[in-house]
Amino acid sequence: MATVNIDLHKSVGEYAHHDDHHEEHHHHEESFITKYIFTEDHKMIAKQFLLTGIFWAIVGGALSILFRLQLGFPDANLEFLRPLLGDWITTQGKLDQNFYLALVTMHGTIMVFFVLTAGLSGTFSNFLIPLQIGARDMASGFMNMLSYWFFFLSSVIMFISLFIETGPASGGWVVYPPLSALPQAMPGSGLGMTLWLVSMSLFIVSSLLGGINYIATVINLRTDGLSFSKLPLTIWAFFLTAVLGLLSFPVLFAAALLLIFDRSFGTSFYLSEIYINGEPLHNVGGSPVLYQHLFWFLGHPEVYIVMLPGLGITSEIIATNARKPIFGYRAMIGSLLAIAFLAFIVWAHHMFVSGMNPFLGTIFMFLTLIIAVPSAVKVFNYLATLWRGNIVFTPAMLFSIGLVSLFISGGVTGIALGNSAIDIQLHDTYYVVAHFHLVMGSASFFGMLAGIYHWFPKMFGRMMDEKLGYVHFWITFIGIYMVFFPMHYLGIAGFPRRYYSWTNFNAFDTFSDLNAFISTAAIITLSAQLIFLFNFFYSMFRGRLAPENPWRSNTLEWTTPRFPGHGNWPGKIPTVYRWPYDYSKPGAKEDFIPQTVPFSATPESNLPHENEMIELEKEFAK
Amino acid sequence: MTGLLLLTGGILVIAVFALVYRILSLVNIAKGNQEKRVGTSNAVNSFLFILFFFVGFGLIFWYSGKASENFLPEAVSEHGKLTDKLFWITTAITFVVFFLTHIVLFLSPYFFRYRETRTAYWWPDNTKLEVAWTVVPAIVLTVLVLTGWWVWRDITAPAPDDSLQVEIVGKQFNWITRYGGKDGKIGKYDYRKIDATNQLGMDFATDKSNFDDFTPREIHLPKGKSVLLKIRARDVLHSVFMPHFRVKMDAVPGMPTSFWFTPTKTTEEMRKELNDPNFNYELACTEICGQGHFAMRMVIVVSEPEEFEKWYASQEPWAKQNADYIASLNLENSKELATLFNQK
Repeated sequence: MATVNIDLHKSVGEYAHHDDHHEEHHHHEESFITKYIFTEDHKMIAKQFLLTGIFWAIVGGALSILFRLQLGFPDANLEFLRPLLGDWITTQGKLDQNFYLALVTMHGTIMVFFVLTAGLSGTFSNFLIPLQIGARDMASGFMNMLSYWFFFLSSVIMFISLFIETGPASGGWVVYPPLSALPQAMPGSGLGMTLWLVSMSLFIVSSLLGGINYIATVINLRTDGLSFSKLPLTIWAFFLTAVLGLLSFPVLFAAALLLIFDRSFGTSFYLSEIYINGEPLHNVGGSPVLYQHLFWFLGHPEVYIVMLPGLGITSEIIATNARKPIFGYRAMIGSLLAIAFLAFIVWAHHMFVSGMNPFLGTIFMFLTLIIAVPSAVKVFNYLATLWRGNIVFTPAMLFSIGLVSLFISGGVTGIALGNSAIDIQLHDTYYVVAHFHLVMGSASFFGMLAGIYHWFPKMFGRMMDEKLGYVHFWITFIGIYMVFFPMHYLGIAGFPRRYYSWTNFNAFDTFSDLNAFISTAAIITLSAQLIFLFNFFYSMFRGRLAPENPWRSNTLEWTTPRFPGHGNWPGKIPTVYRWPYDYSKPGAKEDFIPQTVPFSATPESNLPHENEMIELEKEFAK
Repeated sequence: MTGLLLLTGGILVIAVFALVYRILSLVNIAKGNQEKRVGTSNAVNSFLFILFFFVGFGLIFWYSGKASENFLPEAVSEHGKLTDKLFWITTAITFVVFFLTHIVLFLSPYFFRYRETRTAYWWPDNTKLEVAWTVVPAIVLTVLVLTGWWVWRDITAPAPDDSLQVEIVGKQFNWITRYGGKDGKIGKYDYRKIDATNQLGMDFATDKSNFDDFTPREIHLPKGKSVLLKIRARDVLHSVFMPHFRVKMDAVPGMPTSFWFTPTKTTEEMRKELNDPNFNYELACTEICGQGHFAMRMVIVVSEPEEFEKWYASQEPWAKQNADYIASLNLENSKELATLFNQK
């Protein structure tokens, strides 16, 4: 391993150089542009992803408030939004019906891709992979930089699409053709949809550049002694997330490409026998269901791309703050692997009533319910880790416990939805909305917040305020449940998704009080994020200076200085001797033993097989 | 002007907030609270989880009863009764899991909160336990999958041969329905034949069974008889959703789909049962299809078989109502055909 390491360091040039002459060359010739903008330092790129992700989270959240106003208070006069929304407010002071669909679509696109994929993986894979595996930087700093700037470009285009006259893409975040393929079907399917496709294509490029880098870095640049069986679960999660993205995003690209052909070049991949706007179209032989297969071949792994980093982050945070080893480390890795594998073969459970062959539905129902087993194992392992711990409630820990709760409550409803017979009624109702907002949306959002609170000291060298963190957590946690739990009731009552209003139907002309309640809770929950924003930006400049290892954690990132430079460790990269979860080991002096402490230094707490490692360590040192 | 006032007000509030925050944190530093490993907030947070547990589950139990008044009435199709049963069994099982795991999750923070004198229990794994909580969920899930599969298999089996065929066509933004008329056969269509009059694209030139087809404004179904819905879409994806019957199937342009079921209660019976003389079964769209997605409503009327037969016989064929259109097609012997099918 050692030789591989050195060779690769040489191949990235600069960093090998750091190895030898670290002290004197640390801060050489960094201009503002190379340090903050076109930087190749993984830590700065992570912060770029984080800030862009926060920007998008604010936009995505604000959009959801706009359509919640319509759903919760259908009679309200929204004239006061005219300065912001212009003609999207009708003369009656209502939200335009097409714009309502645009809001729903952009909320989904932004949250799933720009916040929870780029904002989450982009931030924490970038920040933590080199720091936790003991590398100077990513395998390719340049590709890493490109990854961010492709994302930035993609963001700019998507943001511009919000302001064009015909509105952004409006066919739902899944943009099923023919609706998304035919500009005459809705205004959002015109220029807005073109921009959506261009933006998403660039996004996929960014995602692939990042993913290749994460995989290459984890495989090749681990420090001496850090075998895969000693990796923190965060790294396992980021690694598998990158593998998922690398294998599934190209399929979305293919889907998008064929859609571009259908839209602009007269092909018929997804179009057949259509009569619209008073004329029949020439397209025959295509299949809208083909698009759904391609889309969900990404779309389903995508929910794990969003979820796995959150699970990795909380594994680390829960073990650290419960002062206990993560329960069933190997089972945790096994379940991550199982989830990552199964994620590829469950996609058609989104399509039980799409008209595809019901036999296919049977197969996918079986495969879907299998994936519940590794997910259940993860939950039980989290609970066992908390059991008889000595729990310190940092804000990060609170959000991690919150994540486990949301993962359970959103996960169990997946068992109903994954059952094709039950799904007939529940498909495309608010039951689905409740399910995925809890298990994928909120849970991974909590993972992201937990990660920010936990690694803020390493990112900015300062501490965030704990009290504000507590207030932020409790309002958000209660608020999230107030918003999404009641949606189960709406779903059981059959309320369809993406409805501008339900009053046309006798069956759905109920629950208006509950909808008002949900909207109010959503507004409160979103407002509470201002507390976080204040805490985040204030602490960045004025927070208390962080100790080197504020959470008394075992992993490598806490062995770097308070403000690690480009290259991360001023001296030699530390060697790793043990797994990252030696918390409260019987006999040990402290309740944690960092990964860099050799077994020879801890004879009092070594387990029998670890004493044998001492011999190996000696040989290793030669 | 109000905007400016609001802005200044907002800035002032933020400034006050920041000031208070600054003072509090300075006080904290002066007191040396930052030095301690954990403060009182540790106990407070752990207690809040317990509070959250009791209040949260209290609300769930209280509101679930209240909310169920607004749920859909009991399924009025044979398969719907089964899927409902499956749903409620699954919900019961998962709710127990949800409840038990949350007892551990929300109560352990209090019992295992940090105290100087305690050490956490070194417990890296336990094979027996891990095998148990892998195998038990696997068994429970297997049972759920198998029962779901049996029901799903029956629902998606071919419709009985004597089923009543009803065509449902989705377009932006309404549904059109068509029955086979006297011969019970729904005629062939061709999307290129669609125009403002012939909205379904009925192909009179190639399929004579079109002549007796009729297209009512409401869907009528007989109670206790199996019904086969033949579903298609004209422009974009739509989805046939009949909430009371637990029926849902996408309408796909270029790919006809189908769904069969058996209604078990007439509209009249339901009105009496719910004590609501205005009650109607409804058809809704559940696949986003554009601006009017939320307004694609069609009424479904279920009646006793005899009553249904009477209604069926009284319907006038589309071809008869649109004799001018048929004439304009200049079909060979179209006149004879029309008369053949239209006259009693």
